[in-house]
Amino acid sequence: MIGGLAILLLCQLAGEATARLLALPVPGPVLGMALLFAVLLARGGEVPKGLADTADALLRVLGLLFVPAGVGVILHLPEIARDWAPIALAILAGTLLTVGVTGLLAQRLLGRGR
Amino acid sequence: MGGFAELWVYLSREPLAALTATLLAWLAGTWCAARARWHPLANPVLVAVLLLAGVLLALGVEYRAYFAGAQFVHFLLGPATVALAVPLARQWQAVRSSLPAAVASVLGGGLFAVLSGIGIAAGLGAAPDVAASVAPRSVTTPVAMGIAEALGGLPGLTAAVVICSGIVGAALGPLVLDLLRVTDWRARGLAIGTAAHGIGTARALSVNAVAGAFSGLAMGLNALGTALLLPLLWRLVGGA
Repeated sequence: MIGGLAILLLCQLAGEATARLLALPVPGPVLGMALLFAVLLARGGEVPKGLADTADALLRVLGLLFVPAGVGVILHLPEIARDWAPIALAILAGTLLTVGVTGLLAQRLLGRGR
Repeated sequence: MGGFAELWVYLSREPLAALTATLLAWLAGTWCAARARWHPLANPVLVAVLLLAGVLLALGVEYRAYFAGAQFVHFLLGPATVALAVPLARQWQAVRSSLPAAVASVLGGGLFAVLSGIGIAAGLGAAPDVAASVAPRSVTTPVAMGIAEALGGLPGLTAAVVICSGIVGAALGPLVLDLLRVTDWRARGLAIGTAAHGIGTARALSVNAVAGAFSGLAMGLNALGTALLLPLLWRLVGGA
């Protein structure tokens, strides 16, 4: 458990350091995820048990981890009151259009590969 | 009443109350979701956020005071984002044969998600910081918040927008796919994972294992692709 957490934090630390040293506009944890993914693939895709346990435990409560940031929405009630229509439409229409476009594109490309 | 005033000072200074409230709100959220038989509209994150926001507004507690305690939960988002590499590595064998088509679809869909979000928001006259908060809405929350911050958006607003987008995509996305006759489970998974990140992936996993694997792949790829490309794209157009 602690070993797994140390691996995750090490990858995040490497990601944050890389993003800052190279002035990349990418969140450090995303680079950390890419790094861990590359290491796992280099090991043949096999995930050490301690890491798997920690990762699964964290991802099972992933929703909880969004809550403190989500509550931050109360700081932005004026913006929401002002721009509620564009925000609502971008969420509703934008998301459903994206589902449709990606689905059609994927079905087409996957069918061609067969 | 002096005792209560002292108690209030203690509670608002220490992280204990904010942490306890966050966990209790989350338990209430999961309880509601279970009662609604995990219907996608009864999302535990949404319930917990609404509960806590209501309590803070009712008691007149500042968000900064709440976050001083809740940041210990928030901190775990970093390692949890790194941990997304684990399910991706597990699904690798199952998805690698369709990988080129999957990558092309996710990048195309992810680009469409960003452009449609910015287009709709800016087209309807939203402020630039709001458009920047809406742009990364299809990406899983921790990544989207990082991107929004880099673009000059409002991370708190992004978190709410991302969660709502995930709920919309998970609840109504399958209907769109039926309407368009997208029957390939791999394509359905890719579409849901690209548009509705983790909330959609959780839904896809419960419907079909193949769709779930591809949805998880799409969520990871889209997070990576959008995080790498959106800030560069944003700089190129000089902000919306």
